[in-house]
Amino acid sequence: MRKVLERLYLGLLLIFMYAPIITLIVLSFNSSKSRAKWGGFTLEWYVNLLSDEAVASALINTLSIAVLATIISTIIGTVSCIAMIGLNKKLRSFIMSITNIPMINADIVTGISLMLLFRFLHISSGFTTILLAHITFNIPFVMLSVMPRIKNMNVYVYEAALDLGAAPLYAFYKTVLPDLWPGIVSGALMAFTMSLDDFIITYFTKGSGFETLSTLIYNEVKRGIQPEIYALSAIIFVVVLTLLMLVYRVPAKKNKD
Amino acid sequence: MGKDLITLEHISKSYDGQLILDDLNLSIYENSFVTLLGPSGCGKTTTLRIIGGFETPDKGRVIFDGKDITNLSPNKRQLNTVFQKYALFTHMTVAENIAFGLKIKNKSDSYIKDKIKYALKLVNLEGYENRSPESLSGGQQQRIAIARAIVNEPKVLLLDEPLGALDLKMRQDMQYELKRLKEELGITFIYVTHDQEEALTMSDHIVVMNQGYIQQEGSPEKIYNEPENAFVADFIGDSNIIRSTMIRDELVEILGAKFACVDKGFGENKPVDVVIRPEDIELVSPENGTLKGVVTDLTFKGVHYEMDVEVGGRELLVHSTKLSPVGTHVGINVDPYNIQIMNVPESEDEEAISETI
Repeated sequence: MRKVLERLYLGLLLIFMYAPIITLIVLSFNSSKSRAKWGGFTLEWYVNLLSDEAVASALINTLSIAVLATIISTIIGTVSCIAMIGLNKKLRSFIMSITNIPMINADIVTGISLMLLFRFLHISSGFTTILLAHITFNIPFVMLSVMPRIKNMNVYVYEAALDLGAAPLYAFYKTVLPDLWPGIVSGALMAFTMSLDDFIITYFTKGSGFETLSTLIYNEVKRGIQPEIYALSAIIFVVVLTLLMLVYRVPAKKNKD
Repeated sequence: MGKDLITLEHISKSYDGQLILDDLNLSIYENSFVTLLGPSGCGKTTTLRIIGGFETPDKGRVIFDGKDITNLSPNKRQLNTVFQKYALFTHMTVAENIAFGLKIKNKSDSYIKDKIKYALKLVNLEGYENRSPESLSGGQQQRIAIARAIVNEPKVLLLDEPLGALDLKMRQDMQYELKRLKEELGITFIYVTHDQEEALTMSDHIVVMNQGYIQQEGSPEKIYNEPENAFVADFIGDSNIIRSTMIRDELVEILGAKFACVDKGFGENKPVDVVIRPEDIELVSPENGTLKGVVTDLTFKGVHYEMDVEVGGRELLVHSTKLSPVGTHVGINVDPYNIQIMNVPESEDEEAISETI
């Protein structure tokens, strides 16, 4: 009996969590434009989406910002973590809590403050400002993912490589990097996901005339929801879900070794 | 003994304003097994890391084979280290670990293969080439770490508490193993430990350190039998350290009774510290003893009995194979050769040096 209740509870929980998304996915295949009526299965909205130039350019913007922001924030985050090896514990945890603040901070506050900062510095809004904003909010995620690897690292391994005649860079490449690699990969995937589906911060830093997928959807919705938007949202959901599953797979696989 | 291979000259080192080593001078002979022995925080590991090149001294020079290597980076030094926590490369196989240093030196594949085989044979782990280090026990990992170091044919092998993480039986086996390895390789070993038994078993030369100072150095026998100060006497084995008075040469008054001894040159009626090892106290019948006392505590230790004997308000530790039950009145005699006289520290500086843990 207890087991049945447990299952039921879990089932209800999952339904509440995923019902909206399932509705959205179902509607994206609905041939009727009505939200209340099933008119039969169609791929029409997906086809329309692919031929829509505004969507194509927004997709390119989103992907190029996500890729660049991921690469740059991963490098900055990883290097910062490595630099913190030499710090004492107190200073290290202090810096870690500072870098964690942007993560807990409300997106809208981060977005507005970045917008104000860019205005103040006279950086014109557009691709650059969104990229800078995304790098900023991605760095904490990378550090959060790399730092545990740093803490578990045996620093003597690096010294052992030096001891055996390796030059510092070679020793780093051969001993430190392999240890950090799973953390770096999951940090980068996390950053890519965050960048891909961010709306609020992008909205405040983008200026006019430049759209990413999320801001495009928002604009479309204001004009009245078209079924193409369901299709687009469904695709974004599936991509982000896949990436997140990858993020959780990477460390899990490492532990098994 | 051979010639000096490594000389440390006036080495000082401090971290965050705390002095770890203060004007340390030490010579290490070629082809010897030298142990740096002391409690944690005594500066022994820092000394080893300065020799290895992982730390740079604030003051002083490190001379290796006649050359000043004080500022030479570790990858350019002709010595290799076995680290406390093995520090094996976990994402490589055993063979790749051992080949690491040789590949950097661009040795041929056949040379590397032979060397791996030779090294694994030397540490009794033949056939372990393709294992992952993480699949090995602590003792086996330690042997791989040693193999990885010695294939590079260093002139000196540095060992930083290499047996610290092993259990007692394994530790004892490895002590003999290390001694054998040293003989076979014919190179200098510098070994760091806080375990006095390990030091006594393996070393040709022991350097006892405390609070950044060398307290005494010499052969294991000399360190054990003739400790120069209270710290060494206390740290190496059990001992009774008793404040006494040197009446004149070869006569000392201990706990109110006069004992013959063999030491000279301490002056007349001077306060001294006397060291008597617990196994050197002879228990006899009260009327035959120079001192009289009562047994207050008795513990069976396997090889011997450990007893506390109270003499004039002072407890003496006695090891004996003969049983004297608690409450027995006993007499105490000590052979003149087993009484070790030490100067009482006079200045504050000396006090700091000999301050016990």
